[in-house]
Amino acid sequence: MSMATTTVSSASGCAPARSLWQRQRWLILRRASQLLILLAFLSGPWFGVWIAKGNLSSSLTLGVLPLTDPLLVLQTLVTGHLPYSSALIGAAIVLGFYLLIGGRVFCSWVCPVNVVTDAAAWSRRRLGIKTGRVPDANTRYWLLGGLLLAAAATGTLAWEWVNPVSLLHRGLIFGMSGGLFVIAGIFMYDLLVASRGWCGHLCPVGAFYGLLGKKALLRVAAPNRKACDDCMDCFAVCPEPQVIRPALKKVGQESPLILASDCTTCGRCIDVCDKQVFKMTHRFDQRSE
Amino acid sequence: MDTGKNSARKSSTAASPASVARRKFINSVAAAAGGGCLLALGAGLYSRQAAALPAQALRPPGALPEADFLAACVRCGLCVRDCPYDTLKLSDLGEPVATGTPYFTARKIACEMCDDIPCVKACPTGALDRQLTDINKAQMGLAALVDHESCLNFLGLRCDVCYRVCPVIDKAITLETHHNPRSDRHAMLLPTVHSDACTGCGKCEKSCVLPEAAIKVFPRQLAQGALPAHYRKSWEEKARHGGSLIGEQVEMPARGFEGSTAGRAATEAVTAPTGAAPAAPSVPPPPAKTAAGINSRWKP
Repeated sequence: MSMATTTVSSASGCAPARSLWQRQRWLILRRASQLLILLAFLSGPWFGVWIAKGNLSSSLTLGVLPLTDPLLVLQTLVTGHLPYSSALIGAAIVLGFYLLIGGRVFCSWVCPVNVVTDAAAWSRRRLGIKTGRVPDANTRYWLLGGLLLAAAATGTLAWEWVNPVSLLHRGLIFGMSGGLFVIAGIFMYDLLVASRGWCGHLCPVGAFYGLLGKKALLRVAAPNRKACDDCMDCFAVCPEPQVIRPALKKVGQESPLILASDCTTCGRCIDVCDKQVFKMTHRFDQRSE
Repeated sequence: MDTGKNSARKSSTAASPASVARRKFINSVAAAAGGGCLLALGAGLYSRQAAALPAQALRPPGALPEADFLAACVRCGLCVRDCPYDTLKLSDLGEPVATGTPYFTARKIACEMCDDIPCVKACPTGALDRQLTDINKAQMGLAALVDHESCLNFLGLRCDVCYRVCPVIDKAITLETHHNPRSDRHAMLLPTVHSDACTGCGKCEKSCVLPEAAIKVFPRQLAQGALPAHYRKSWEEKARHGGSLIGEQVEMPARGFEGSTAGRAATEAVTAPTGAAPAAPSVPPPPAKTAAGINSRWKP
């Protein structure tokens, strides 16, 4: 990934140089996670080794483990159709996982669109593009309501017509052509119109998983916040920069934990911080140096 | 205008954080709600358009009626994966079939009608209904011999390929003997589809030897008409009740066939199979009317 070369200023300072692994660890792990999940679906059609069948909408892993997107099942229920138990069980497993681990962990560790929008954000920083108009970050919740309304009004899974998340993942596994225009559109939108526009402001799928992750266990914290030298690297690289301040600068909270459910737990702030302010931890870890 | 003045006055007197926040909130709500409405509207328009399948796209066996199918199918592709013949594919954005839903095109790869129906078993949501356990009861579509001008059997040949490949041979497709009015001495064995037995697997369309298939499989609602609910067929009612419901009828003589062409002879033979009738077919047809056909004047 070209993302691996991301560095934003901060060659200054006399902290001991950190290794590539220290600087890119979480990014590498995330890309590996996204890639491995994709490969689990592709090993069957490519090499005849079936690990996971289907796609992120619904899948069957090793012939026994059903996994279904709970948002899709919710829409199906809204249309008035009751799915078979395998879809319901699959949705319950996914729901439980993200409730427990972290809702938007889906966004940064699983979703393939994340790679596209990360690339757009990286290009935007690199090219110094400052133009554009960013929609309100709450738009995604309206869109989430809108897609449920559309499902109820039309009696079909109307959102699935254009849903870039399922479109891209399905396309990567089953082949795509027309869907590429939507993905290219998202890239151009994030690059030219709105910084982090899609994932951070519009995507109703991310909004749904964000709502799931309100009380999730896996959190990024800033235990070493005393060491912060205000270089702003973490703000520049964070896909949801507003989540950092409460933890880092004690705004409205004492806890060093980043508790906002918008946080995708991508760990990029941990990577870029030369002062090693951040770390990955759990919800109950209140330690602060 | 009035409201504009109002807000202007307010902002000039005291742009309190609350009013700024309120204005921002209203702005964002308007924009976001507008976006939401647009999405709902667009999706609604789309789904109306997509509720009817294009003519050549067939759903897998056991698929719910299209409107219900579009509510139930989560576009996961598990049916595609479990199809041993790669018949099914998922629609891509821009194709006329609803994005991501499974379908097949009979002319490309037809359904092989597996006994265990793996695609139905794979479906996690019930978009493919597991109540379908006998593949012969599937209704993926309905074959129709649409081109009577090109079908080789209509031209008088014994192609029969669609009939021979039909997995429900002699039930879904039969060969019906008809008089060939062109030669006037041959039979045409016309492939005839029966909707009660046709599964819509598409093998007939797939195997049609013509460059463009003369027999095609369509989604049922496209290929099938329907009688008004109150219509009764006299012969069926008669069979059911063991006799005519309106008593014996007076047989009226058929008139108006004097000097008929040979093509009508068959009709007369049926309506008047006995007695003086044989005289009529033996009348040679006026040559002007069958100029295109070969007429050896030979009669059985």
